Amino acid sequence: MRTPGILAAAALALAMGATSLVFAEPADEELVIDGEIEMQTRVEAAEDHPFDEVISGWHYRTEETRALEADSFANPGMLYVEEGEEIWNTVEGSQGKSCASCHDDAAESMAGVGASYPKWNEEAGKPFNIELQINACREQNMGAEPYKFDAPQQKALTTFIKHQSLGEPVDIDLEAGEMQSWWDRGEDLYYTRTGQLDLACATCHEGYNGQYIRADHLSQGNANGFPTYRLKQANMVSLHNRFRGCIRDTRAEFPDAFSDELMALEVYVTWRGEGLSVETPAVRQ
Amino acid sequence: MKMNRRQMMAATAGAAAFVATGFRISPARATPEATQEAIDAFTGGAKPETGRITLDAPEIAENGNTVPISVSVESDMTEESYVEEVSLFAEGNPEAHVATFKFSPMSGSADATTRIRLASSQNVIAVAKMNDGSVFMDTKEVKVTIGGCGG
Amino acid sequence: MASRPRVRVPKTASAGDVIDIKTLISHQMESGQRKDADGNTIPRQIINSFTCEFNGQVVFACDIQPAVSANPYMEFKAKVNESGTFKFTWVDDDGSVYETEEQIEVS
Repeated sequence: MRTPGILAAAALALAMGATSLVFAEPADEELVIDGEIEMQTRVEAAEDHPFDEVISGWHYRTEETRALEADSFANPGMLYVEEGEEIWNTVEGSQGKSCASCHDDAAESMAGVGASYPKWNEEAGKPFNIELQINACREQNMGAEPYKFDAPQQKALTTFIKHQSLGEPVDIDLEAGEMQSWWDRGEDLYYTRTGQLDLACATCHEGYNGQYIRADHLSQGNANGFPTYRLKQANMVSLHNRFRGCIRDTRAEFPDAFSDELMALEVYVTWRGEGLSVETPAVRQ
Repeated sequence: MKMNRRQMMAATAGAAAFVATGFRISPARATPEATQEAIDAFTGGAKPETGRITLDAPEIAENGNTVPISVSVESDMTEESYVEEVSLFAEGNPEAHVATFKFSPMSGSADATTRIRLASSQNVIAVAKMNDGSVFMDTKEVKVTIGGCGG
Repeated sequence: MASRPRVRVPKTASAGDVIDIKTLISHQMESGQRKDADGNTIPRQIINSFTCEFNGQVVFACDIQPAVSANPYMEFKAKVNESGTFKFTWVDDDGSVYETEEQIEVS
């Protein structure tokens, strides 16, 4: 197990306006969506994992926020799932195809897919997440323009595709291609302090996990609920948007979305959440 | 206007929360006085009684952009006796009036839930107007938290 | 702005039941309080009213102000004595009207 070292508590306190750090147990409840779909939100970690137990960010939110995710009607993220379904069935590009032209019914063809990404792409020689796979399909098969990062359609379609794996345990293949070396690079980045505040991902999400910075209950920072509906933005937030936001908040320059750095981080962070159910669209603060 | 220290602190916290929740600071903030005027306009000056109406709101809201709020009023909801309207007010928002629910005997039960924006920690007030002209009120204080690093 | 309404109404009920209705519509609810990068106020554009009718009679309605959150959510009750149609209407500041209907079988 790696530890992030001695934490810069003083720097944190200054930066966050925190006067004290308080620990609170994650909420001891079970997430069952619509009283039907039982979600795995606390699972025993693999032997080489830094935690004993992998816990979904759902447990760190207030009762009201947790309730929003437990009811698929109340969950505003489902609006974007519906929008994504429309895009799935819409013909675009020079080849006169929609996603459905090749992949038919997403409920069948995409079941479990979101749980297994990022995935090694031999042709590109790098891991692909859902967003990159969508763009490759658009360019190579549909003759359509790739989506720009965080275009509303990209977020909606990614949300729709990942939602087809709702409840499936996250399980990525690190044996394929060079995935292991991307995992290694992601791990390095996760523990590297950065920015004027000198914070690593691990500072908050491992070292201070379960404590509060200001009013924020620090989760383990798992990726299983992304894209996630954030109350703050009142919109879907992609994983790379959240990565960049976190890095920005350390007052560092942040890498481009889908850059090698952030793809490596996605591989590693997704691995840390293995075993948790895909929650897309999760609801967070 | 002279401010004492507490008002100044409240104003500063409010300003931070405005930025945090996507509102920008507006020179014309609602005040308890302006809120009272809005309530008087709604009730026609009738003095609100306590009881019969329950306002449910979280003690602590994780983000002021989306705060779940429910109201429930005891009433038979018959043609003879029913709740006509329930107005919601937020005395620390740029505009005090948040929404007005309009019921009818066909509602069966005077319950409603929505999600609202709160610019800062403040009192939320629900006022119910019955078809006989009587008025009932409930108030809840909601603390709006400021998130982690990004606010 | 494209707005997609969602409503949830029970398919069946017994006469005299008070049922639970939930509605959600996608809308950014621009409050009129925000400024753009140049410091100009972004004009208000919200859904300003919501109405639920059953067989032509208003059951529940709401006057909506900018303090209602993006993607407005409304949950309320209705007493049903006969089978019929619920009609839901949202009115946008720009004059757009969004409508949807749901049937209920009452025995």
